[in-house]
Amino acid sequence: MSKGDPLLEVTDLVKHFPIKAGVVIDHEVARVRAVDGVSLTLREGETLGLVGESGCGKSTLCRAILQLTQPTSGSVRFLGEELVGRSRRDLRPLRRQMQMIFQDPFASLNPRKRVGQIVGDPLELHGLAKGAELKRRVQELLERVGLNPEHYNRYPHEFSGGQRQRIGIARALALHPKLIVADEPVSALDVSVQAQIINLLKELQDEFGLSYLFVAHDLGVVRHVSDRVAVMYLGKVVENSATEDLYRKPIHPYTNALLSAVPIPDPKRNAARERLVLQGDVPSPIDPPPGCSFHTRCPWATEICTSDEPALVERATAHVAACHHPRNVEEPAAQGR
Amino acid sequence: MSAILRVDDLKVGFATEDGVVEAVGGVSFELQPGEVLAIVGESGSGKSVTAQTITGLTRAPNAKITGSVSYRGRELIGLDDDQLRDIRGEQIAMVFQDPMSSLNPVYRVGDQISEMIRAHRDVSKREASHRAIELLRSVGIPNPERRVRHYPHEFSGGMRQRVMIAMALALEPEVLIADEPTTALDVTVQAQILRLLDQLNRDRDLAVILITHDLGVVAEVADRVLVMYAGQIVEDATLDEIFYDPQHPYTWGLLGSLMRLDQSRTARLAQIPGQPPSLLAPPSGCRFAPRCPHEFDKCHELPALQPRVGGNHLDRCWLDPEDKKSRRAQVIP
Repeated sequence: MSKGDPLLEVTDLVKHFPIKAGVVIDHEVARVRAVDGVSLTLREGETLGLVGESGCGKSTLCRAILQLTQPTSGSVRFLGEELVGRSRRDLRPLRRQMQMIFQDPFASLNPRKRVGQIVGDPLELHGLAKGAELKRRVQELLERVGLNPEHYNRYPHEFSGGQRQRIGIARALALHPKLIVADEPVSALDVSVQAQIINLLKELQDEFGLSYLFVAHDLGVVRHVSDRVAVMYLGKVVENSATEDLYRKPIHPYTNALLSAVPIPDPKRNAARERLVLQGDVPSPIDPPPGCSFHTRCPWATEICTSDEPALVERATAHVAACHHPRNVEEPAAQGR
Repeated sequence: MSAILRVDDLKVGFATEDGVVEAVGGVSFELQPGEVLAIVGESGSGKSVTAQTITGLTRAPNAKITGSVSYRGRELIGLDDDQLRDIRGEQIAMVFQDPMSSLNPVYRVGDQISEMIRAHRDVSKREASHRAIELLRSVGIPNPERRVRHYPHEFSGGMRQRVMIAMALALEPEVLIADEPTTALDVTVQAQILRLLDQLNRDRDLAVILITHDLGVVAEVADRVLVMYAGQIVEDATLDEIFYDPQHPYTWGLLGSLMRLDQSRTARLAQIPGQPPSLLAPPSGCRFAPRCPHEFDKCHELPALQPRVGGNHLDRCWLDPEDKKSRRAQVIP
């Protein structure tokens, strides 16, 4: 497989969580539509950024892609093979190729294990190394992510947040995966440490030809690392395009609002720009609004938005958005304002 | 203008098993009426402990507090709980980062606000709950008549933070200390809360101490900025000075490591190497020296926080201000 080929293809992925009630016999009373028909493509060697506010389904999507939670329906093809519906045993050889980095460097490392064990366990479980060879490989990994290999025998609590995130990265790298799903890998870290980790992730990508699915709520971070960006709102992708296109000419009103809400660390420019401040909160994914799910907060919403769900269609080159009243396009589609 | 709040050489240490952690190591600043003062720093820089000490929240058997905090000339350090209660809420109110754990989950929101009003003011229950409704309305909560009867879990994160702000405003304090008020919120909601704080500052002439790690938030609302590192203030300047003429290499590092939307993407971010020092045994000289790329022999001595480029722009750095310009240009374009 060469750079540019699709590594991961997600089609119409759905993950609903049933809400059950009943004393003896459960019956479903409602469902949380956490991921509601998402399609994405990640190419070899690329980084796909996934942004959205809390509760939009980013993390559930990651887990459903990696089969850490069973999708309700849809398809996930990785290295040309379908993942949905496979048994745990059948998934195992593929798991080596896809690893995850978690948000919380405090909760994602076992406090009772030494760093050497944490990083070495994947190698041992997959029967790739043991004994002195295992130790050598672990120390190599620690060194590669910027930790002192002498710290092999330390426990996670002896490290700072940034260092712990490096341990998590070393663990993910151990099996030489093709895909790394990074779920908010820097949001628990201080800014100066964030920059260290982002720089490290980029170096590793170049060195090992990794592909990242990079999830974050911070639009600055996502822009910095991603080749393409998908924006999620209430379980759906509402816009997806090359990074610079999305940030320069956002089409979906929600993307416009997100970008406009990020404060710019420059007082004069910050005061000078026009801001679009959304009213209200994200609706509940248990009972999403009919039509376009963003219409309750959208300043451009009209009649049609309350009844017809807009399709995700191409509005500019390789730039798709799901909106009846797209911004930043000159096409007749901008009618109805 | 005379300052309403004056903090002078405040030191806060906590005795632990491993020794004394010097969380705040000699902080001095003033807050002017109607001013929005931002305190910026990374975790462990002492910004929250400074704020909490002002309202007497760090008083514990293992805490050692020296220095002075005075509110309109009245010394707050050493007041007993009853005396402190006259100040807390009445004059200086506080809003915290996590709005879920700051509200009591088993009481209705309206009752929590009324209880607070009745603890300080001699008013009837009806009057207090009426006042609670007005407060919720003033912070932009729709349907306040109905919302007062709801429990905290029925509110979203942003709405809960509005409730906390409403509660903080209940006794019409002069100073609001907001400790990372938007950190737990999404950007679109953060924008709403910042707008609300800005509006309160303008309409009520409320002085605000805003504690944050986000320089974007600072740029949006602050008048003056204190940058803290390892328990000390390393730079104290106006908003524009911090962003357009920063004097301390740590401030440069903070500005340089931002992933900004208003600038083109760079291949590599400027990063500050290493990590903050342990506050059990902070470096004796400049505390930033071990991470500073511009360190030289003079840095073994702790520089004082004093004006070096004129005016009220204070910093703690031995470098020559002229020499700094070219060095700074390498970090921030």
